[in-house]
Amino acid sequence: MRLLEHESKRILEKYRIALPAGRLVGPGEPLAIDGPVMLKAQIPIGGRGKAGGILAAEDAEEARQKVALLLQSNLRGYIPKSVYMEEKKAVKQEFFLGVTYDTVAKAPVAIFSAAGGVDIEELAQREPALVRREHFTVGSRLPVHRAREIVADAGISGKLLLGLSPVLSTLAEIFLDYDATVAEINPLGLMEDGRLVALDCHLEIDDDAVSRHADIAALEKDTGRVEGERRTTDFEREAAGIDSLDHRGVAGRVIEFDGNLGLIIGGGGASLTAFDAIRSHGGRPANYCEIGGNPSVLKVRELTRLILSKPGVDKIAVIMNVVSNTRVDLVARGIVKGILECGRSPAETVAVFRVPGAWEEEGFKILSKYGIPIQGRTVSIDEAAKIAATKAN
Amino acid sequence: MAILADENTRVIVQGITGREATSFTKDMLDYGTRVVAGITPGKGGQRVHGIPVYDTVRQALREHPADATVISVPPALVKGAVLEAIENGITLAVVVSERVPRKDTIEFLEVAKARNARVIGPNTLGLISPGKVRLGMAGGPAADVRKAYMPGPVGIASRSGGMTTEIANLLTTRGIGQSTCIGIGGDPVVGSNFLDLIPLFDRDPETKAVVLFSEPGGVVEEKLSELVLAQKLSIPIIGFIAGRFVDGMPGVRFGHAATIVEGNRGSTKSKIEMFRKAGIHVAESFSDIAEIAKRYV
Repeated sequence: MRLLEHESKRILEKYRIALPAGRLVGPGEPLAIDGPVMLKAQIPIGGRGKAGGILAAEDAEEARQKVALLLQSNLRGYIPKSVYMEEKKAVKQEFFLGVTYDTVAKAPVAIFSAAGGVDIEELAQREPALVRREHFTVGSRLPVHRAREIVADAGISGKLLLGLSPVLSTLAEIFLDYDATVAEINPLGLMEDGRLVALDCHLEIDDDAVSRHADIAALEKDTGRVEGERRTTDFEREAAGIDSLDHRGVAGRVIEFDGNLGLIIGGGGASLTAFDAIRSHGGRPANYCEIGGNPSVLKVRELTRLILSKPGVDKIAVIMNVVSNTRVDLVARGIVKGILECGRSPAETVAVFRVPGAWEEEGFKILSKYGIPIQGRTVSIDEAAKIAATKAN
Repeated sequence: MAILADENTRVIVQGITGREATSFTKDMLDYGTRVVAGITPGKGGQRVHGIPVYDTVRQALREHPADATVISVPPALVKGAVLEAIENGITLAVVVSERVPRKDTIEFLEVAKARNARVIGPNTLGLISPGKVRLGMAGGPAADVRKAYMPGPVGIASRSGGMTTEIANLLTTRGIGQSTCIGIGGDPVVGSNFLDLIPLFDRDPETKAVVLFSEPGGVVEEKLSELVLAQKLSIPIIGFIAGRFVDGMPGVRFGHAATIVEGNRGSTKSKIEMFRKAGIHVAESFSDIAEIAKRYV
């Protein structure tokens, strides 16, 4: 879960990292300002500046107009709910401070660069020496002396070294305390008066750990904080509704495509495999999905009906890996019911049914009754995909 | 021969009284796995399919020495369960539980590393050395496992649990047996990834080739290619990379949490290019896995 800038900054504030003076501005609020300000759309994506989400204003009237403009903007699919207004002060130098997990080394890694404020990944590729990276452990954390070693090796000394090291150490504290997967201050600005101030920051909290942080869990429940996060189609929304009909199994992750072959595929890895295979044999999928666990007949039936309701879709491919948890007979029953309720012929509509595994004999009986040819476990996923693609074209 | 576990491996099950664990404990016993004890704090003294249940790992091990544990407990309790097992001398932990906070995973892996213990998972269906042992719930009931898996010279390491069985089934139906088949777990950080496991297959004299099942996301495949290029591994590797269509949809999440594509890094295109450069076989179609494996058996 990605926090908005102002949400992240409240956490930084709690840990006494210095911030520019600022506040959140909603629609139509009167603005009293006594100097130039930055107006920043609160949306959960990187590259806000490039997307037009950060504007400067010199006086109250200009700020009012620009806040109104930002609140009406569609920034890469997001419509800001609020704008964060901050004092605009001259910056002498910008630094990058970050903490994330190195998934290969299986360790947290602290990242520091004296060249902040730019696309750090680009810089890291172009001039790796300018971006210091060091692993640490969750057990030992990143005490100030370790942070100092990293900052010093980046060529920083004197007062600046003493100022930067505690900020990096504190950022690692926040990262660990909040179960973050990303914690970044970019840039951390060195101001004219010598202060180090977090100008922008980015926190992402592990979705699997949100429940142990009451403040973050409350944000997650607030459905009004972000608008436009899911750019779903009506078809995808209906599919999500079907998945929540009951708690048995998964019939989800439906993504709409513009082809003519409906797909009921699963589980995760097999769905990816089947989708690729259908395309490589010239098939044009109408959708992606992932069936898993042991979905009820109801869910499979409704998903079948939904897919067949798409204009131009008259065939469905049912392909899963050898199943142990999912029951073949329940999938077969759901498919047949869905097709019959659409007034179509199961034998004509099912381009391929390749789901071997648990309860397959019972499943195959249902399929034979309706004249649907059965592909057993000796037919591989790509062979099944080829049959489906050929029939659909 | 098998890697990680064989017919002599003695196994405990942490969380044995849970619904899922009760069910896979039966499947493990039916397959011949030496399950010696179960642990559920507060339920000591009960029995599950005849297996005695203890309150603590220490109590269980006093009566029943063991080598490995299968852990199926709620996500918030996983870290404690792994640490309890490792501190009591268990050297292989298979963590079936899903949705384990990443910090917890990293933390118990730090301890595992210090104590030379190996972790498979979290979020894994487990592993099977056909005809010998099965840890976790891969493959379902024992009768189904016997249909899909058979002993032989090809290893499997897969980022998808379901596809572990699917690959074994493909090989079995084409007459090729397997040495050890491992679902490595679907999380971005797992105890044993391809970089950890391929060297074990490489050192196993009876494994002649190994099949990898990959998905978009992460850079383990890229790092593995570097290892092969540096001639640190000589075992033939057959890579199958699913989800090629995901490259065209940056930012969309597919399947497992790990499947998040950011630019070209972690894309299937980048993985395939690196595999080819390193001389790792890339199976174009799923059936090709068996065609390539045939050359080595």
